[in-house]
Amino acid sequence: MADKVLMKGNEAIAEAAIIAGCRHYFGYPITPQTEIAAYMAKRMPKIGGTFLQAESEIAAINMVYGVSSTGKRVMTSSSSPGISLKGEGLSYLAGADLPALVINVQRGGPGLGGIQPSQSDYFQATKGGAHGDFRMIVLAPSSVQEMADMTVKGFDLADKYRMTAMVLADGTMGQMMEPVSLDYEIGAPVEKPWATTGTKMERPHNIVNSLFLVPDELEKSNFERFERYKYIEENECMYEEYMMDDAEICVTAFGIAARVSKNAINAAREMGIKVGLIRPITLWPFPVAPYRKAADKVKEIISVELSMGQMIEDVKLASECKVPVTLCNRVGGMIPSPEQVLDAIKNAANGGAK
Amino acid sequence: MSATQMLIAGFGGQGILFTGKFLAYKGLVEGKEVSWLPSYGPEMRGGTASCSVILSDEPVGSPIVSTPDVLVAMNLPSLDKYEDSVAPGGIIIVDSTLIEREVKRDDVTVYYVPATKLASDNEMPTLANMIIAGKLLKATDSFTDEGVDAALKKVISAKRADMLDVNKKAMQIGADC
Amino acid sequence: MVVFEKPKALADVQMHYCPGCTHGIVHRLVAEVIDELGIEGRTIGIAPVGCSVMAYNYFNCDMIEAAHGRAPAVATGVKRSDPENNIVFTYQGDGDLASIGMAETVHSAARNENITIIFINNAIYGMTGGQMAPTSLPGQVTQTSPYGRDTDACGFPIRVCEMLSTLDGPEYLERVTVNNVKNVKNAKKAIKKAFQNQIDGKGFSLVEVVSSCPTNWGMTPQDALKWIDEKMLPYYPLGVYKDRSAAAEKEEK
Repeated sequence: MADKVLMKGNEAIAEAAIIAGCRHYFGYPITPQTEIAAYMAKRMPKIGGTFLQAESEIAAINMVYGVSSTGKRVMTSSSSPGISLKGEGLSYLAGADLPALVINVQRGGPGLGGIQPSQSDYFQATKGGAHGDFRMIVLAPSSVQEMADMTVKGFDLADKYRMTAMVLADGTMGQMMEPVSLDYEIGAPVEKPWATTGTKMERPHNIVNSLFLVPDELEKSNFERFERYKYIEENECMYEEYMMDDAEICVTAFGIAARVSKNAINAAREMGIKVGLIRPITLWPFPVAPYRKAADKVKEIISVELSMGQMIEDVKLASECKVPVTLCNRVGGMIPSPEQVLDAIKNAANGGAK
Repeated sequence: MSATQMLIAGFGGQGILFTGKFLAYKGLVEGKEVSWLPSYGPEMRGGTASCSVILSDEPVGSPIVSTPDVLVAMNLPSLDKYEDSVAPGGIIIVDSTLIEREVKRDDVTVYYVPATKLASDNEMPTLANMIIAGKLLKATDSFTDEGVDAALKKVISAKRADMLDVNKKAMQIGADC
Repeated sequence: MVVFEKPKALADVQMHYCPGCTHGIVHRLVAEVIDELGIEGRTIGIAPVGCSVMAYNYFNCDMIEAAHGRAPAVATGVKRSDPENNIVFTYQGDGDLASIGMAETVHSAARNENITIIFINNAIYGMTGGQMAPTSLPGQVTQTSPYGRDTDACGFPIRVCEMLSTLDGPEYLERVTVNNVKNVKNAKKAIKKAFQNQIDGKGFSLVEVVSSCPTNWGMTPQDALKWIDEKMLPYYPLGVYKDRSAAAEKEEK
């Protein structure tokens, strides 16, 4: 076991990507994720990799598309407004069934918004994020260690399912430092017989493409893709339950909101309130099972978010509206305080949402 | 749960983030769970800078320090902004060279350290922050030679190893004042 | 004895291009060059969005379909993934390269990205049915400039080779056309040079091919070829706009 080192979340992502075999990074500066680009700019030339500051986020995601077409691990990172620009490329990556890792260190929006932490790109990340029927695997780290872990996991899942995996972090996760251990067993690269690496005159040409002008062919490609998505929903959900065994109130949150919530839950437990936490780690596929279970025993679910209430919609669906689901939130770069969450818990304990 | 929540605040360029990083590393080498969270953005560029450092025996929950046990204020705006947030019974350390007013709270322990003046008197003008850090460790009963040495080695790169001694000396000045 | 055959790099499929369209000629020239240089097995082509969108079906090398205008960015990724081995070309029209993808074009040129770009300039959007292109001539009637391109309202055409030649980045920029046998031969020479430059590691090479679109110009194929001479070439003069290596050689002498 290697010594733990203190790293910023953004740096942990960059180093973990390199360990995972990523040798191509394309990006465009934007706060609060620029440390990823800076780290890559320093490291890539020393290990024979490519760091390229693209002319725009649009160009960056299309460079990712190019490298991915050749079968190699590749990534880009940005923050909210930049991810919107990458939307086109995300749709094309999905349509061409190309693996890629995309990092979104979210900031407040809409528009140019602010530069402080936010979770208001939940809809964009989990519901597709651009035109057409498609999904991305969305991983929500809640510590610097998980920033690294989810990066490695993201590459694996992207390769396995030939799709984009997105690490959905926020400014806090990107900027904070915590001890990290970067000990990973990296498996053998996935075979990619579809890659456009040159025919070597040994096989028919490969075509990477998302154009299907014949409707029933396009329909078939959509159906096939969604079969894969169904399998992912059944097999790749990740979540953490904290003190849920005897919980009568359930708090749910991801990322930084989950960490704030744990403080509040610990404080509430000291007051004798039976409250627990469900923390989704995959936001898509959304872990339905723990909510279904919770809905049969808790009297209220509190969704703590740095948005106007986005994940709450999935929570309501997953809990089938069997119990009230309430929102506890701050937006615009503000973060709910443990006291605010504790108040919401106390309110629920006292009869709460009617 | 035993945790120390620290807030270090001042002007950009005073080594605020570095001080926080040093304190976090000191916790790490002593086997604690730690987190370090900076303010970021344009305010980093010469405006006010702050960072939250948490040392804990348990995994750190929220990395945001809103009720610090220890506040370091290296300029007046920081003292004005954060004085009221300090936990009762907590500690406030002010750089009394740069802050002329006294702390108003009477339920906290206050240390006035003329750090900027001490730094310039001792020909280490950039190390007022480490003088304060020395005082902070002393005030929290956590100044150990081994811990300080190990943490300094972590935050000062091998290329700048010649800076180790002067940093240690600055901390000693802070601890002794 | 075979005196004329299909280039091996060209797929044996029916193309969808209109009668009289010059895309077919340029496809053939690209394929001949790939054959002659013996690079089919390591060539990866990037198709655009526009009339040549289905070029990925027409070449036997590996092919990638890019989003509209993004081919140079995709090519950058492909090239950087294996710069020693991969030969990468994009095949783009005027809307793709000079309108929606202008940033990708300019910046790949500025980086002297070691790729080859075949740029078809026929002064019109063909695939969507004849709208004004960034290269449509002043006064040119199109579906979206029904009274003729009004330069007061929608500005002037963009001369891509001239514009890119102001950059220090690119290695080679030449404008050719394919409206007669002599010009076709010259075009092939330019295309071959643009690929050879890449093999030699010289960098960004772009060949602009002034082309015809009889369907959307509303002309017979013959009239369209004549229109190139009469209208297009005066605005878009043929020639080499940049050849860094040749210029350097000349300087040495």
